[in-house]
Amino acid sequence: MTDAAKAPPNGRAVHEQAVPAATDQSHVSFDVDNKSPLKRMQHFLHANPTAIPFIVLALALVLFSSIVGARFFHPFNLSLILQQVTIIAILGCAQTLIILTAGIDLSVGAMMVLSSVVMGRLAVMSGVPVPIAFILGLMVGVLGGFINGMLVARLKLPPFIVTLGTWSIFGALNLWYSRSETIRQQDVEAVASFLQFTGTAFNFMGARITLGSILMLILAGIIWYVLNRTAFGRHVHATGDDPEAAQLAGINVRGVLIAVYTLAGLICSIAGWALIGRIGAISSISGATGNLDSITAVVIGGTSLFGGRGSIVGTLVGALIVGVFRNGLALAGADALWQEFSIGLLIIVAVALDQWIRKVSG
Amino acid sequence: MNQSAQNTHAPAGVAPILQARDLVKRYGHVVAIDHAEFELYPGEILAVIGDNGAGKSSLIKALTGALHPDGGEILLEGKPVAFRSPLEARAAGIETVYQNLALSPALSIADNIFLGRERLSQGFLGKYFRKLDRDSMRSDARKHLNALGLLTIQNIDQPVETLSGGQRQGVAIARAVAFGSRVVIMDEPTAALGVKESRKVLDLILDVKRRGLPIVLISHNMPHVFEIADRIHIHRLGRRACVIRPQDYSMSDAVAIMTGAKEAPVH
Repeated sequence: MTDAAKAPPNGRAVHEQAVPAATDQSHVSFDVDNKSPLKRMQHFLHANPTAIPFIVLALALVLFSSIVGARFFHPFNLSLILQQVTIIAILGCAQTLIILTAGIDLSVGAMMVLSSVVMGRLAVMSGVPVPIAFILGLMVGVLGGFINGMLVARLKLPPFIVTLGTWSIFGALNLWYSRSETIRQQDVEAVASFLQFTGTAFNFMGARITLGSILMLILAGIIWYVLNRTAFGRHVHATGDDPEAAQLAGINVRGVLIAVYTLAGLICSIAGWALIGRIGAISSISGATGNLDSITAVVIGGTSLFGGRGSIVGTLVGALIVGVFRNGLALAGADALWQEFSIGLLIIVAVALDQWIRKVSG
Repeated sequence: MNQSAQNTHAPAGVAPILQARDLVKRYGHVVAIDHAEFELYPGEILAVIGDNGAGKSSLIKALTGALHPDGGEILLEGKPVAFRSPLEARAAGIETVYQNLALSPALSIADNIFLGRERLSQGFLGKYFRKLDRDSMRSDARKHLNALGLLTIQNIDQPVETLSGGQRQGVAIARAVAFGSRVVIMDEPTAALGVKESRKVLDLILDVKRRGLPIVLISHNMPHVFEIADRIHIHRLGRRACVIRPQDYSMSDAVAIMTGAKEAPVH
C-alpha cells in the first residue's frame, strides 16, 4: 500500500499498484503477503485436506466423461460404480481407523475373504444355523484384528510387518478351510439367502442401489461419529499424532491401538458379508484387489500415512475415485492392466502430495 | 552435611504443600536420588536447578509418580502419598507441563486442553452414545485461556500445530492450571523459546502464581530463575545441596554451588 502512495499521481500507475495490494488484503490470514500461488495452495490444502479428494474426483469425472461420453453419466453406470466401490469403501473405513493411528493393515482383504468363506462354509457345507454362521464369521475378523492389535501394541512390532505376516497366515487358512472351492450362488441362495442380503437391490431414478451400498454409508456414518464426536475418536487421532504426548495426557495408547485393530477386523468381516452380496457366490479368491484399493482410497482421501490426520469422508471420496478410475478405464476399453497401473500411480501421487502438504511452514 | 538442618528460607509457620523426605532411588550401583529433601510451600515459585546428571529429573519424576523411590517418603499437604503413575499424581492435583508439552499437534486447542479428560454430554446421547459435550469444553477452554491473558489465540478450534512455540507453551500451561488444583510442575518452559516468547511465558508463570498455585520450575536459564523464583533449590549429586533466595546470591554463585566449585552455604 505504501508503494501505491508513493506512485506518481497518474491514474494508470496507481491502478497498477493497487491491484496487487487488493489481492494481498484478501489473504491477510497468511500473514506474509508475498507467497507464491503454489505456497498458497499448499497452505489451503494443509488447512483443508479433504479438498484434495474432491478436486481429484471432479477431475476424474471430467476426464472419463470426455473420453467415454454420455454413457459414463448414465444413472445405471453411476450406480454400478457405487456397487463396485462398496467393498473398497467398507475396507477403507477399517483402513482409515488403522492409518489414523500411524499404522497400516495389509491383512484387511484377507480377513474379509476368510470371514466370507467361514460364513458360507459353515452355513452351506456344515449346516450350521445361518445366524450362528454369520456371527462366527464376524468373530473371525474380530479375532484376526485383535491378534494384529496385540502384536502391534503389546510386542511393539511394526504394523507393516505384523499385517504382512497375518495377511499370509489368513490367506493360507482361507485356502486350507475353503479347499480352494467356490460355493455356487444358487447353493448359497438355497440354504443361506441371508448372506446375500446385502446384494438386494432397488431402483432409484434409473439407478440400481444395493443394500450393501446403504450398509456402507451407515457404517461410514457410525465411524464418522465415533471419530469426531466421542472421546475414543479424539484418542485415536492423538495416538496417531504423537503417541508419547497421548500417553502423557493420560490416554491408554495400547488400549486404543488394540481396540482400533479389533474394530477394523470387525469391519473387514462386515465387508466379507457385503462381498457375498456383491458376487452372490462365495469364493476364496474374490476381493483380491481389496488391500491395495483400500489403502489407495484412504491415502487419496487425504488421510496421512503418518497418522493423526484424515477423515472418513475423504476415504469415501477416495474410494469413489478408485471406482471411477476402474470403471472409466474399463468403459474406455482399456486393458485391465491399465487399471492397476493408474491405481498405482494414484497412490504414489497421493503420498507425495501428503508429504508436500506436511512440509508447510508457518 | 545434614540437609534437614539447613536453612531453607521456609516461610515461618507454614506447612509445605508438597514435601519429600529422605528420598532414595538406586539403579544398580548408580544412585539417582541420594537421601534427598524437597519442600514446596503454598503460593511460591520454587526453582529447581542442577547440573546435567545431578538427579533433578529423577527427583521430579519421583514427585509426579513417573518413578518409584526405593526409600523415603513423599507428603502432599502433610499426608504420605505413593503415586504409582503420573495419572495418580494428576488425580491428586499435581499437574506437570512437560518439556515436549504433551500436546497433539493436529488436534484443536480445545481438544488438547481436555485430552484424556473429555467431558460427555448430559443425558441420553452422552450416556449411551458417549457423545462429547463439545460446546461446554470449547467455552471452558476459552475461559481458561482468557483467564491467563492468552487472548491472542482467537480460534479455539485451531489446530495446535498452527500456533507459535510460546502459544503452545501457553496452551500446555493453561491445561495444567485448569486441572492442577494443588501444584504445577514446569519442566524447562522457556528452553525452546525466543527472547520475546520467553518473556510472555515468564509473565504467564507469574500470573499462575498470583492465582495462588505453587509452581516448581525446572530450568537451566539462570536469568529466568533469578527473576521469578522465590526460592531456589540447588540439586547436586542426587541430593539437595542447599536452598537459596535469589536476592542473597549472584547467578555465578548459584552456578558455582551447582557445579561444586563453591561450598553450599551453611547458615
